[in-house]
Amino acid sequence: MTPTGTMRRTDGILRALLPPLTVAAVVTGVIVLVIVAGHHEIGPSFGALGRGAFGSAYAIWSATLVRATPLTLLGLAVALAFRAGVMNIGAEGQFLAGASAASAVALRVPDAPAILLVAIPAAVIAGALWSSIAGWLKHRFGVLEVISTLMLNFVAQYLVSYLVRGPLQEPTHVYPQTASFSSTAHLPLLITGQRLHLGYAIAVVLAVVLWWMLRATGLGFRLRAVGAGAAAAESAGRIMVPRVMFTAFLLSGAIAGLAGGVEVTGVTYALYEGISPGFGYTAIAVALLARLNPLAVIGTGLFFGALEAGAAAMQRDAGVPFQFVAVVEALIVLGVIAIEWSRTRDEDGR
Amino acid sequence: MTDAMSPFFEATVRTATPLAFAAIGELVAERSGVINIGLEGTIIAGAFGGLVVAGTGGAGLGFVGAMAAGMLVAAVFALFVITLKTDHIITGTAISMLGVGATGTLYRLLYGATGAALATPTLAPHPIPFLQNLPWIGQALFAQPPITYLLYVLVPSLAWWMRRTSGGLALRAVGERPEAASAAGISPARVRWAALLFCGAMGGLSGGTLVLAQVGTFNEGISAGRGFIAIAIVVLGRWSAFGVTGAALLFGAASALQYLAQAMGWGLPYQFALAIPYVLTLIALASARSRSAAPAALGARG
Repeated sequence: MTPTGTMRRTDGILRALLPPLTVAAVVTGVIVLVIVAGHHEIGPSFGALGRGAFGSAYAIWSATLVRATPLTLLGLAVALAFRAGVMNIGAEGQFLAGASAASAVALRVPDAPAILLVAIPAAVIAGALWSSIAGWLKHRFGVLEVISTLMLNFVAQYLVSYLVRGPLQEPTHVYPQTASFSSTAHLPLLITGQRLHLGYAIAVVLAVVLWWMLRATGLGFRLRAVGAGAAAAESAGRIMVPRVMFTAFLLSGAIAGLAGGVEVTGVTYALYEGISPGFGYTAIAVALLARLNPLAVIGTGLFFGALEAGAAAMQRDAGVPFQFVAVVEALIVLGVIAIEWSRTRDEDGR
Repeated sequence: MTDAMSPFFEATVRTATPLAFAAIGELVAERSGVINIGLEGTIIAGAFGGLVVAGTGGAGLGFVGAMAAGMLVAAVFALFVITLKTDHIITGTAISMLGVGATGTLYRLLYGATGAALATPTLAPHPIPFLQNLPWIGQALFAQPPITYLLYVLVPSLAWWMRRTSGGLALRAVGERPEAASAAGISPARVRWAALLFCGAMGGLSGGTLVLAQVGTFNEGISAGRGFIAIAIVVLGRWSAFGVTGAALLFGAASALQYLAQAMGWGLPYQFALAIPYVLTLIALASARSRSAAPAALGARG
């Protein structure tokens, strides 16, 4: 072991620790700032944050993990697309497409046994179809997916708005939402007396499957190769780049659609406007903080779930505005890309 | 007929005004090669800056505050995408989240949880004599708050500036072929900084218009996706100042259509009217003419 070798290794450990430490510092810093600026007390505010996220069985099983479920699934959808170089920022719209499809199925055949076996696949297909519009526009016309997926988010939003005031509106036609699903269309709960549902288990299993798929399968290799550089993948690996990218669109949309289906059948049991408070955008922070690694998405999804659950409690119990969460999320993304920048700069310098 | 159409045109212009400001900013940013998805954050910062400054300095000074706040947010975005050469899309998404989160937090901190019914000074409509009496469009175009009239000067000046001046040429050169521009002695980084600060000022004005000339107060959802709509407008307007203005009017008309539909008793679900411009944007993007109109270096890092 040469001295330089040891130095490199310590250097490596420091570098590995830098992102989580930065994140912790940023989160704490922003929260302290908001608490102090609002003349709240630091101790009780942080107490409320901790209690809301992890302080009780209810906090863990009914708040944090329930909130983490869509964030984890959507984080996986974003991570997979980004790994293949597909800038899908349409997870929000694909989520809504999935939620709409699952709701339509669940309401069409109320009380049907095993209706979930139709509703959830319908959500997956709807999500994939929604993202395939952007995939097709890119493949056929070279349309930047950033703009097309963003546009489709708005179209999906209006679609939901139309559905819950039109064909899927509850029978009294008073509220802009669907009727409540019958219990056959509820995802099984994992713990009696808590809100945690099967969706979280699905998310964790899916994360492991995607991690394995990216690492060990031919498709995973092709996705990563295209993400690393489309031109190189085409010339060196005889990879059909457009086809791989389209696959990435479909898979990413399918997962986001699944997230939508899981949310309506596991948490809300109904469809309404604003069913997603921007989950699809938060998911970008979830995926980036995990450095696009599906296994790490389990951790970052949990982290954001806990942060949002804790922040909700902090607003309720200590009066600290919930909106700071978006600031934290944004600063985490900016922090991650700034660290990325300092890395590439160092590599260029060598 | 005219009875129903006059308010429709008026609502079209009113809705289009903040969109046009934002889209003009985005147009200049994109012409320099940068997609600014952070515009949403810029607009809401402008709205908040306008509110805070107008509270002590009046509506006129409020617009200055709105521009300053928008430029501040744009400067953070520029620092990342130009100086650190980060990805435009990821950075822009973060900047939008930052703008929405920061203004929401500050609003709660400054004005309390209830938000308070704020007495914000607003800009009243200022009809222009004679012109306001033109049939059909007189009220719509010439009985608006003065900030709208600024657009009538700004759009032709910008079109002329982009096409006829060396500054405009430099802007377009950086957006098309940054290396070539660089070889010709133009600093792409400097041009893009200037373009983004302009974009920030326009985004700020867009937010300022919402608070100081239309809504009269601030809320956390006040930007309502206008930053993203502006990006669609630039595509639909095919990256030209007049085209963008026309596209902004189209988006304004689409949302004004819901009032018209109500007045005329049409059964059209208004969500379809609202979704039309987005679908049009997708179609426009898919057309070959539109793609060739896009700046060649758009979205490329560095």
